Amino acid sequence: MKLVTVAGPPSSGKTSVILKLIECMDLEKGSIGVVKFDCLTSFDKLSYQEAGIPVQIGFSGRFCPDHYYVSNIEDAVQWGLSSGFEMLITESAGLCNRCSPYINGILAICVIDNLSGINTPRKIGPLLRFADVVVITKGDIVSQAEREVFAFNVKQVNSSARIIFVNGITGQGTFMLSKYIREARDILTLKDLKLRFTTPAAVCSYCTGETRIGDKYQMGMLKKLEFKGV
Amino acid sequence: MNTADLMTYLKNTNLEKILKDYPIAGDFLANFRLEAISKVLPLPQALEEVGEETLAEFGLDSYGLLQEFCIFLENFTRVEESTGRVSSLTILGGFNKLKEPENVELTIAAGEVISVVGPTGSGKSRLLSDIECLAQRDTPTARQILINGIAPDDLQRFEMGGKLVAQLSQNMNFVMDLTVREFLEMHAKSRLARNTAEIVEKCFLSANELSGEKFTIDTKLTQLSGGQSRALMIADTANMSNSPVILIDEIENAGIDRRQAIEILAKSEKIVFISTHDPLLALRADKRIVMKNGGISKVIRTSDVERKSLAAIEKIDNTLQAIRNRLRSGEIITEELLK
Repeated sequence: MKLVTVAGPPSSGKTSVILKLIECMDLEKGSIGVVKFDCLTSFDKLSYQEAGIPVQIGFSGRFCPDHYYVSNIEDAVQWGLSSGFEMLITESAGLCNRCSPYINGILAICVIDNLSGINTPRKIGPLLRFADVVVITKGDIVSQAEREVFAFNVKQVNSSARIIFVNGITGQGTFMLSKYIREARDILTLKDLKLRFTTPAAVCSYCTGETRIGDKYQMGMLKKLEFKGV
Repeated sequence: MNTADLMTYLKNTNLEKILKDYPIAGDFLANFRLEAISKVLPLPQALEEVGEETLAEFGLDSYGLLQEFCIFLENFTRVEESTGRVSSLTILGGFNKLKEPENVELTIAAGEVISVVGPTGSGKSRLLSDIECLAQRDTPTARQILINGIAPDDLQRFEMGGKLVAQLSQNMNFVMDLTVREFLEMHAKSRLARNTAEIVEKCFLSANELSGEKFTIDTKLTQLSGGQSRALMIADTANMSNSPVILIDEIENAGIDRRQAIEILAKSEKIVFISTHDPLLALRADKRIVMKNGGISKVIRTSDVERKSLAAIEKIDNTLQAIRNRLRSGEIITEELLK
């Protein structure tokens, strides 16, 4: 089974891109499955079900979304294998601009949109920096120049990634994306493979449910902001 | 400079000098939150003053950062020639939705303008996206696109991806909160242009020539009217975009000088496809592709007879324009105006 990881900021168009991509791949119904990792709620289950795509949704709830992802990804792969998929696509949102669910040797796609602001690619971090393919959406509503500057800023942080413009509504651009996807590696397990980037470190009192504010309540790994005199 | 030379240069040159040689290096430092780093030392020494922690947050150590810097400068100093020169583009027909063959072989030279006509759903977008991805009989239409008479291989298709085609449509807006000057400068920077001031000036002037209503270079993009925005986009695409092919989707009624818009684009030695039902635009093209049932049903060369009718159509258009202008200025419309 081939595994592809898709990540990107909320509302950047991940689900639309995946739906159009699966449509474009033109494989037998049910041979591509999706696992969606989200935080609290998601409305994407319906979109996948309507398209006849087997989908499993997981909510991280009160856990760090990254830690939740890593601790469930191997189970996701086993679910995909036992369901007889030819391909499994995982979808997850990078919520703190530091999330990077990519795994060494597994095709990593980052979806970002042109409307998110021209400098956004320079701020996103590992989510963008460690991707193999960067899909830029919503290009149909901004100027050519803005598309070019946006792509330039993507290259600034990730010069080796392939950049593909995809229209999530019409599906324009998914054809080239599907050509990459077909080359994704076949796997049987992710055991012993490594993440491309560490997940955020957090073992502090707030992780375990502390809500009170103040030095007294802060324990574990902390990072303090240095305020300079004005 | 090759990679080894560049590495030596980075290790031995103070940042002040590097920033002077490569102004874009400032962006690199900012991307890694190193704007405030000491500029009097070369990067490796300057990094010693930066906490390991900061670099670790980006998943790097000081050697890794140096390598990244090297790759960055290599990428952004190379003279961009990735798309090469496109002197012609050929469309070899495939099949329409009824599986009938298109029987088309159309070669378009740089500087030529082709209009694409046909009702909604006739396959115009499909044709444009076949061109964009350089289809090789592997899309639903089974069309093939040749560049300079040669079929590009997969690697070239990926390389050219996103750079071959510039697009312009009625739905596009500027979303950046910048002035016209800042916007043009930013675009010029991303093109790694050396003569920024000159190009910016040229774009601005030609945008103003196209626009019905003039604007200043310090106007905010978001304050431009629809026509002014369109004019700026066209001037910018013609003068600054690197893409050899331009796809234009419906630019009529935009308050711009359409004849001049077409001229500017064709003059920049680009291949222009314009999807339109505006006779003033369609008849000014060298040829027009007629779409039907998802396929190319025919290609019409604009004849002299058709061209001659342009003058009459223009007259009707001017009459309508005059009525619009009177409406705008609060005057009364009479039948007299139509004579």
